[in-house]
Amino acid sequence: MAAQMSDAHRRFLQVLMSHGIMEGSEARKLHRCCCEIHKVYYAHDKLDDFITTINIRLQPLFMQIRKGMSEGDGRAHYALVNLAETEITKMASDYAENELELFRKTMDLIILSENGFACSTDILNLADQLKTKKMKKKEAEQVLKIFVEDKWLSERNGEYTLHTRCIMEMEQYILSIYQDTARKCNICHSLAIQSQVCETCGIAMHLPCVAKYFKAQTEPRCPHCNDFWPHEIPGTKQYI
Amino acid sequence: MRREEAAPCEGSGSREMSQRKRSKGAAFSQGDDDDDDDFSLSQTQTHSQVQRSLERRSRDEVNRKVSELVQFLLVKDQKKIPIKRVDILKKVIREYKDVYSEIVNQAGRILQQVFGLQLVEIDTKHHIYILTSNLPRVEGENLKRDNQTAKLGLLTIILSFIFMKGNSAKDSAVWEFLRRLRVHPGEKHEVFGDVKKLVTEEFVRQKYLEITPIPLTDPPEFCFQWGPRAAKETSKKDMLNFVAKIQQKEPSFWTSQYNEAEANP
Repeated sequence: MAAQMSDAHRRFLQVLMSHGIMEGSEARKLHRCCCEIHKVYYAHDKLDDFITTINIRLQPLFMQIRKGMSEGDGRAHYALVNLAETEITKMASDYAENELELFRKTMDLIILSENGFACSTDILNLADQLKTKKMKKKEAEQVLKIFVEDKWLSERNGEYTLHTRCIMEMEQYILSIYQDTARKCNICHSLAIQSQVCETCGIAMHLPCVAKYFKAQTEPRCPHCNDFWPHEIPGTKQYI
Repeated sequence: MRREEAAPCEGSGSREMSQRKRSKGAAFSQGDDDDDDDFSLSQTQTHSQVQRSLERRSRDEVNRKVSELVQFLLVKDQKKIPIKRVDILKKVIREYKDVYSEIVNQAGRILQQVFGLQLVEIDTKHHIYILTSNLPRVEGENLKRDNQTAKLGLLTIILSFIFMKGNSAKDSAVWEFLRRLRVHPGEKHEVFGDVKKLVTEEFVRQKYLEITPIPLTDPPEFCFQWGPRAAKETSKKDMLNFVAKIQQKEPSFWTSQYNEAEANP
């Protein structure tokens, strides 16, 4: 039995959309706030049920509020994603042809890289090779900035990776386009962009998943081939 | 959850840092008027014609178009880009023109029931739409749906200035007022970028402001007024309260504005 959708649900949806993506604790705060404003039943541990009520109504529209993990810090995030693969996916109606091409090529670099990052120099070098319409480096820089602002990419010290929101939205698409190269995490089985890879058998693990998995182990071994895990184990403290 | 009303010019969060103007990304930039003919809609689409057309189309096809339209409208709304009917026809409806009115009605219903949003035609001559929230506004929460708080802070200041000046203000007065707040229209601002562009182009395109030339002025002078989106997303009462809070006075101190705000809250 599903609860009736109320203005609290609608307000939650509106605010979530204007943020694009929300971290778990922000979403829980918003949940409470929306319920209080509209005086509807609130229980602090019922956020996921609250979202299910919304999702039932979004399903016929090929949309969904999805919960995903940030590859950077391992925290849960919520975002409204688009499940339909029509020409009117969010990006296509929002960017010019050559901007989309630059994004696709950036995505290639990120996914084919070892660590899930592409450096800005490599991306900017693509700008004058675009088939649709060449870009000046300055323009490309501006477009990258917009991608970061619109939460498709995130940037750290001149290196770019896919934003959590982008991974949540495009996971299925990426897995089908990069069938042979995109990796899935051996622990949580979701797409892994930033990951550590076993040098023996090639399985991948998200950094937060690595941290959790090896937390209690003195001698880390690959969960798949049992060979020694050759990477530095990130501390669990930085991951929740 | 409360927006920082008292310090609207601050907010140096990285998200607000770049004040770009997206010209090429704006979808309707391609919607030149000469294309209108191909996508013009016969005004005489009667109910029975639509019904007959609907029978030819499968329910699934129509539903798919409806959800595409809902997504299209939501994406445009996120960027506060007003939506032209010709773009809806060209980019979403396409060969389903015969059931256009049914698709738009259904999309409107979904937006209302699921998202609490209303499709509003703000320009009946050129058929331009925006989405506005149907949910009761919460005190102190105006214009809050957007996360570009700093820009909206600047906008709030300009809207309140216009209201206090009797619902219309000369451009020179607006610029002078901003200069006193150390926002210089001619210079690149740390947070707002090109302030003049932001105010005269972006806010106008988003329908928060309307700027009209004052006839017979040389050099040309302009008059600033509220745009239709401003009236939908905030109110005179909230603007007056905002000013009163900054000036640390009671709203009733400004008699005529107070009466006007109370008359149309």
